[in-house]
Amino acid sequence: MVTQSSSSPVELHQLQLDDARALLDHSMLLALPSPEESPSDYLQAVIDGLCELSLKDPLTGLGNRRHFRAVQERTIDGVARSGDPALLLMLDIDHFKKVNDTYGHQAGDRVLQAIGKSIASCVRPMDTVARYGGEEFSVVLPNCHSSFGSTVAERIRATVEALVIPISPSVSISVTVSVGGAYAPEWVRSTASLWTERADVQLYRAKTEGRNRVCIDHQQEIYVSAEEKNLLFGHLALGDPAWIESIPGEATGASASGSMQRAN
Amino acid sequence: MSDVLNPPVSSEATASVPLKPLGKVLAVTSGKGGVGKTFVSANLAAALAKLGLRVLVLDADLGLANLDVVLNLYPKITLHDVFTGKAKLEEAIIRAPGGFSVLLAGSGMVEYSRLTPEVRDDFLRIMNGLVPHYDVVLLDTGAGISDVVLFAVSLASEVLVVATPEPTSLTDAYATIKVLVGQQKRQTIRMVINQTARLGDGRAITVQLQQVLDRFVATDPARPIKLVHMGDIPADPAVRQAIMRRQLLMQATPSCPAAMAISQLALKLEASVISVNR
Repeated sequence: MVTQSSSSPVELHQLQLDDARALLDHSMLLALPSPEESPSDYLQAVIDGLCELSLKDPLTGLGNRRHFRAVQERTIDGVARSGDPALLLMLDIDHFKKVNDTYGHQAGDRVLQAIGKSIASCVRPMDTVARYGGEEFSVVLPNCHSSFGSTVAERIRATVEALVIPISPSVSISVTVSVGGAYAPEWVRSTASLWTERADVQLYRAKTEGRNRVCIDHQQEIYVSAEEKNLLFGHLALGDPAWIESIPGEATGASASGSMQRAN
Repeated sequence: MSDVLNPPVSSEATASVPLKPLGKVLAVTSGKGGVGKTFVSANLAAALAKLGLRVLVLDADLGLANLDVVLNLYPKITLHDVFTGKAKLEEAIIRAPGGFSVLLAGSGMVEYSRLTPEVRDDFLRIMNGLVPHYDVVLLDTGAGISDVVLFAVSLASEVLVVATPEPTSLTDAYATIKVLVGQQKRQTIRMVINQTARLGDGRAITVQLQQVLDRFVATDPARPIKLVHMGDIPADPAVRQAIMRRQLLMQATPSCPAAMAISQLALKLEASVISVNR
């Protein structure tokens, strides 16, 4: 990498920015600042614009698969560090091929756009909705407690079902989605592909069980409740002197407290 | 030889699809670290070897292996070299002081502490090659309930959970058992309680764990879960001495109470697990 000293900034005219500029102008993401006014601002805007473009699905405006993968990796890191539950939903439009075959691909595109918007409206700003590919969408929900997962997924399913999508001035249609979900294993640095695989298994299950439904692979319950803990060593919590005496190295202190209890 | 085990279809260790378990493979696990899992694995291997069995201990703690530290062995070739294709499996197997074989993970295995499909395949391939040559393979797993640990345990026909009477150890052992029952549909889990202060403590702890399991986990009467108490290893100053000297207890002080308990454990395992599976 060549480091530029402040006295020799990048010469904009030496860079081949025409393609990038054309791409950004076409996608109409943002108006680029004038290159004459501040070359560095201009260059920054071109880079930002390209970054945004490279992460977006052009049809739906949602994140694309690359963006989805990056978010997934980041979420896995978070789950491994914090143990906060994170949910992944994979959604597939039911009988989408029929929409395309019956009403044409433009209608299909309308449906994809409407569904994408509809899914995004059902989740929090911190969640990431992406178009995974074809008629498949994915949602990463960090910090989503296991008791809320089905509720969110069911909300998405019901919202899509109730949605009336105008595909031409005279025709409106409705579609349904099948949803598969899986929680990232807590405290574990798993991989994005394994996590996706588990959600996909659930999506497949939702499809085979009749579509327009939600199936979630509930993360294994490794949480040990206070009630269980109390039962596990309730005798310890009660300060059973005989038990405490049995702990190596604590015999003297424990027998003292034991005799105190007896004295009381 | 490679037909002994069909690599299972791709599935995360945390998924509900149980992997096909191998015969005569015993996973030693604990949940909590520092309860003597590796100490038990190494000395149990020595005790089993003394019974005339061909024993291999595999360091399945890929991320933070320390079987090498316990055994005071630093081989040039390790599991890492086998994984990376730099050495053959036979070259990585070395003879431990207690008359058994070991396959050490070696440093540099940290990159394998994530359970990717490749790690899974490598592991399966290695297990395939190993199992036919031994009477028993002990898998010394890592601490915790990570996917690598669960995957290693899923390859074993039997699980031995090591716990100490401490509340934290009991909680983690209980959580581990819960996961093994839930994910791998295991119904029999063998227990060994390390560092017990009095005779009968280990059995009392196992009974306690069993009661909580019956109440919270084994709620389906058609699928009972059985904790089998395999023995206690009493708190014994000789253990610390052997560990600090980096010696096997079974060799340093074979007649101390803890070593005697491990010999008993080996006999019991031989009778109830190994000779049955053979």
